[in-house]
Amino acid sequence: MITLTLFYLFSAVLVVSAAMVVSSRNPVHAVLFLILAFFNASALFLVAGAEFLAMILVIVYVGAVAVLFLFVVMMLDVDFDELRSGFQRYLPIGAAVGAVLFVELLIVFGGWKLAPDAVRFHASPTPAGVSNTEAIGMLMYTDYILLFQLAGLVLLVAMVGAIVLTLRDRKTSRHQDISVQTSRRVDETLAMVSVPLGASVTESGGFLRPIVEEPEELVGHDDHGGHGHGHDNHGHH
Amino acid sequence: MADFFYNTAVGIVILTFLQALALLVPLLIGVAYLTLAERKVLAAIQIRKGPNVVGPFGLLQPFADALKMLMKETIIPSGANRILFLLAPMLTFMLAMLAWAVIPVNDGWAIADINVGILYLFAISSLGVYGIIIAGWASNSKYAFLGALRSAAQMVSYEVSMGFVLVTVLLCVGSLNLTDVVRAQQTVWFCIPLFPMFIVFFISTLAETNRSPFDIPEGESEIVAGFFVEYSAMAFALFFLGEYANMILMSGMTTILFLGGWLGPFGILPQLGVLWFVLKICLCLFFFLWIRGTMPRYRYDQLMRLGWKVFLPLSLGWLVLTAGALMAFGWLPNV
Amino acid sequence: MAMIDRAARSLLLGELLQGLGLTLRYFFKPKATINYPYEKGPLSPRFKGEHALRRYPNGEERCIACKLCEAICPAQAITIEAEPRTDGSRRTTRYDIDMTKCIYCGLCEEACPVDAIVEGPNFEFATETREELLYNKERLLANGDRWEPEIARRLELDAPYR
Repeated sequence: MITLTLFYLFSAVLVVSAAMVVSSRNPVHAVLFLILAFFNASALFLVAGAEFLAMILVIVYVGAVAVLFLFVVMMLDVDFDELRSGFQRYLPIGAAVGAVLFVELLIVFGGWKLAPDAVRFHASPTPAGVSNTEAIGMLMYTDYILLFQLAGLVLLVAMVGAIVLTLRDRKTSRHQDISVQTSRRVDETLAMVSVPLGASVTESGGFLRPIVEEPEELVGHDDHGGHGHGHDNHGHH
Repeated sequence: MADFFYNTAVGIVILTFLQALALLVPLLIGVAYLTLAERKVLAAIQIRKGPNVVGPFGLLQPFADALKMLMKETIIPSGANRILFLLAPMLTFMLAMLAWAVIPVNDGWAIADINVGILYLFAISSLGVYGIIIAGWASNSKYAFLGALRSAAQMVSYEVSMGFVLVTVLLCVGSLNLTDVVRAQQTVWFCIPLFPMFIVFFISTLAETNRSPFDIPEGESEIVAGFFVEYSAMAFALFFLGEYANMILMSGMTTILFLGGWLGPFGILPQLGVLWFVLKICLCLFFFLWIRGTMPRYRYDQLMRLGWKVFLPLSLGWLVLTAGALMAFGWLPNV
Repeated sequence: MAMIDRAARSLLLGELLQGLGLTLRYFFKPKATINYPYEKGPLSPRFKGEHALRRYPNGEERCIACKLCEAICPAQAITIEAEPRTDGSRRTTRYDIDMTKCIYCGLCEEACPVDAIVEGPNFEFATETREELLYNKERLLANGDRWEPEIARRLELDAPYR
């Protein structure tokens, strides 16, 4: 009884918030409704007794994916008037595409046939004496190991692809090399020189001033870490 | 009486409510005194005395502060999104309280001893970022927004390596239940065989709770107060309480995963259960404060580098190493 | 070898631990805090605090309205008006110091030929309104009467260095 009530409650909120995702004007609100939808989906998993899936759904989708969505959407500067201006113009095309998709879906569902023994697997309970975390692991790493690993590979390829597309190594940019910086020691950086009183003052015309160097070329000059070391431009001897 | 509490629906609800109260009231008092402890420890490190006027040794200072917060006016900026602006601090505070449901303070003393306790904790702690992002966005302020953006990137990059650390611990335990995790440390606490993971985890918790040296979302010298610039009075207090409750929660998590939870060192005085747990949490919290008194704030890009280029390979490598060792010596649990 | 040494140091967080050790040492050091309203630090005899107008031991005010202090005051905080008194001596009828303008440089004290205007040891004269900080002659003379023993002692201590 309680389970059923909870199921209907969560599904109702899920459906409503899913509808709000596509209908709300403000994209940030849309993402927040999406998060609510994820939450309710995970609650439905809990109701169904699949606590592992519920938690993974929250961790992966709410904790990571939706954060990035929100991150991107928050930075959008959406002009709502401009959005609305195109509505009239694109309405016929949009409606046509929607209608085609709807008809296709109808055809697919009309011709849907379940395999005869599908019902048997439909809600197969977890084996006795094993928590559903272990059950899902047993299944995933035995029967479906190939699919599981392939899915991982697909993600890896996507990740490498994204990096390849966006990474550009500009020769002119100067990077901080932390290992070089931290491995510097005092004796190779700083030299204590005892200078006789007033010795260099007269030489340089009575003033203490740094010797002006030619501005060094930026390109191809690799002096790790940029600032303030390795230049001996204040030696007066 | 016992029958009423354990077997009737109303009784179970009342019992759970009382249990939650018994956990949350000490927790909130702990949070209040953590704020005092922080000021005292920082003061001591800077050879000052810290608050010592309100009550003996300043012991009533947290209550004076709380009273002040309550009396002040909640200001909502004119361009802010009212609902989200007020929702964000509540969310932060609620999540910080919610996570405590699964923490076992002693053998069998958890309000909800669920099978996937670690995942639950991980999920709740990863939600903490929403309070910050929503606050930053709803405030309609540049500084708040910058804080929110920084926080989003920071949380995502540290959760990955934290996840690997958790997996390493889980490999050694063979269960996702927090009580089982502690029981698996009867012989040796995990902070000894998994020492590098312990350090990675602890540093990640610093980043996760936005504590110094990873307090860039609030970075007061750069972006004023970051995501909570626009907050005042009770809304601010909720953020504040949430942050400190999160610190205690993360210390509790460190204690359970690496420091043997309620177990005494070398198995001495096992009847002190809760006290050991609290003591270990206090030790972790002292480290939090001590590090705040020592380290300067990380630069944003250095933080990202540490998360992705140092901790991720390190934790991944140690995970493989642990799995290999467990496999090679036949130490895998539950096989 | 040096490289291994460095790698080990950075991997074992050597420098961080060094820093933590330093702060821990300070944690246990005796505290430098003075419990202010109940304890106060020592003040130099030259400390420049709240202004006061002094009197001679017979009760006559020292100020002869030469207006040197008014002239030298870099913040122009001092306003003086003067008239000959019935006994023929020249005295001020008005001596105002705007304490919100004053920068406590002590030049008035240096300029005074008769040690009339001085800066006393009192620094706890915060007020709730701005008007209370616009001192007039009565207020300054009252200050002088109140702090005279300490002011005299301070002048005596500082005299060898003047």
